[in-house]
Amino acid sequence: MSTPPGVVATARMIAARDLRIEWRARVVTNQVIPFAAVNMVLFAFAVDDTGALGRLAPGLVWLTVMFSLLLCAQRAFAIESADGALEALRVAGVDPVGIFLGKATALAVQLFALAAVMVLAALILYDLDPPAGGVVVLVTSAICATCALAATGTIYAGLAAGVSGRETLLPLLVVPVVSPVLIGATRAVEAALGTGGTAVADGWPWVGLLAVVAVASAVVGALTFGSAIRD
Amino acid sequence: MTTPTTSRSTGTRATRVIGIAAIVMSAWLSLFGLVLSPADVAQGDAVRIMYVHVPSVWLAYLAFIVTAICSVWVLVARGRVPGVDRVAGASAEIGVVFMAVTLVSGMLWGRITWGVYWQWDARLTTTALLFITYIGYLAVRGLEGSPEQRARRSAVVGVVAVAEIPLVHWSVRLWRSLHQEATVLDTDLDVDIDGLMLFTLFVGVIAFTLWFVWFVLHRARVMALAALVEERSLDEALAERAAEVPAGGQN
Amino acid sequence: MESIEFIIGSYLLTFGAIAVVAGRMLRRARSLSHRVPDEEKYWL
Repeated sequence: MSTPPGVVATARMIAARDLRIEWRARVVTNQVIPFAAVNMVLFAFAVDDTGALGRLAPGLVWLTVMFSLLLCAQRAFAIESADGALEALRVAGVDPVGIFLGKATALAVQLFALAAVMVLAALILYDLDPPAGGVVVLVTSAICATCALAATGTIYAGLAAGVSGRETLLPLLVVPVVSPVLIGATRAVEAALGTGGTAVADGWPWVGLLAVVAVASAVVGALTFGSAIRD
Repeated sequence: MTTPTTSRSTGTRATRVIGIAAIVMSAWLSLFGLVLSPADVAQGDAVRIMYVHVPSVWLAYLAFIVTAICSVWVLVARGRVPGVDRVAGASAEIGVVFMAVTLVSGMLWGRITWGVYWQWDARLTTTALLFITYIGYLAVRGLEGSPEQRARRSAVVGVVAVAEIPLVHWSVRLWRSLHQEATVLDTDLDVDIDGLMLFTLFVGVIAFTLWFVWFVLHRARVMALAALVEERSLDEALAERAAEVPAGGQN
Repeated sequence: MESIEFIIGSYLLTFGAIAVVAGRMLRRARSLSHRVPDEEKYWL
C-alpha cells in the first residue's frame, strides 16, 4: 500500500463518503427532520400563545437542532462501528485529524440543512415576519453554530462509539459544552428575525462569539480526536 | 472526621500531618468566620457564608485545573501514565463534591442578600454548567475499556471541559449584559473588606487547599488499590480457568 | 444574627460534606487495603 493521503484529502474523502451514505439511507430526511418538526409543533402546545411563540422561536429552533445533533452524531459513528470501518482507517495509518474534519464536515452539512428547515418551519408555524436585512446574519450565524455543534458532537460521539451506555452518556457530555452555541445562535437568530425587539446589527457580536466557539471546538477536536478513538 | 490511624490504610505520616492541619485550620476558620470577624456593612452577617463559599469554589476550580493539567499530560504520554491519570480522576471527584457545596452555599447566600436563590449571572451559570460537565467527566472515567483507553478518553473530556470555561463565561456575560435587569441587581456587591475579614478568607483558602491535597493523595491511593484488587481477582479467575482446562486440552 | 439558620446551615453543609466524603473514602481504603500486600503500595 502506498503512503496514506494527506489531511485535507482524507477529510474530503470521509465527508463525501458520509454524505453519500446519508443520501442513500435518508435517515436525516426521513427520520430526524420529521422528529424535529414534531418538536416544533409540540412547543406550540406547551407555550399556547402565538405572541410568546414568536419571541421564543429562535430558542426553540436551536434547542431542536441541538437535540437532533445528539441523534445525528450518534448515527455518524454507528455507521462506522457496524462494519469496523473506523478501525480499518486507523489501522491503515489514516491521519485522525483528517477523520475528525471529514466526519465533522459531513455532520455540519446535515445540521445546516436541518437548521434551515427548522427556521422555515418556525416562520410558517409561529407566524413570524422577519426583516429583509436579516438573511446575512441568519445564514452566517447558522454556519458558525452548526460547525461548532458538529465539532463538539464529533469529538464526543467518537469517544463514546462502541461503548455500552453511550446513548445516555452522549447527551450528558455534549449539552453543557454546547451551551455557548445555544446562547449565541439563539441571540443571533433573534436579531435576524427581529423577534426580541433588537436590531439586525445586534446579531453580529453573537456571530463573532459563534465563530470563536466553532474555531475553538475544531482545534480542540483536531488535537484530541486521535486519543479519543484509539483502543 | 478522623485521619487514618493504621498503616493498613492509605495514610502515611505526611497525610496525617496534612489532615490534622486541615482540621485545625477548619476549626479556626469556623471560629473566625462565625464569631470573631465583624458583620459586613453592606451584606450584614451573610458575609459569613463567604468564608466557606469562596474557599470551596477556589478548591473546585483548583481541582479542575489540576485535572486539566494531568489530562494534557496523559494525552501527551498517550495514556501510559497511570499515576497521573489517577490524580486527574481523584482531583475531578473532589472538585465535583466542592462544586456542589459551592452551589448550595452560594444559593443560601443569594437568598439572604438578593432575596432569590438563583441569578442568571455569568459566574453562577458557568459554575452550574461546569458542575454538569465534570459529572460527565466522572461518567467517562467509569466506562469500560483498558486502563490506557479509559485514561485517554477521560483526558479528552478533561481538556474539552477546561477549554469550555472561558467560552461559557464569556457567552453568559454577553447574554446578561444585553438585559436591563442585570444592572438592577448588582451581583458583584463590592465588599469593603477589612483586615480581619481578609485574614478569615485567607485561613479558609489555606484550610481548603490542605483538604484538597489530603483528599487527592488518599483518593489516588484508593484508586491504585482498586486497580490492584481488580488485577488480582482477574489473575485468580484466569488461574481457576487454567486449572479447569485439562492439561494438553485443545482449547 | 440575622438569617442565622442559613449561615449555620452553609457551614454544616460544607464541613458535613467533607466529613461524609472523607469517611466513605477511608472506609473503602481500609477494606481494599486488606486485599493488597504492603509491598505493592507505592506510598509505604
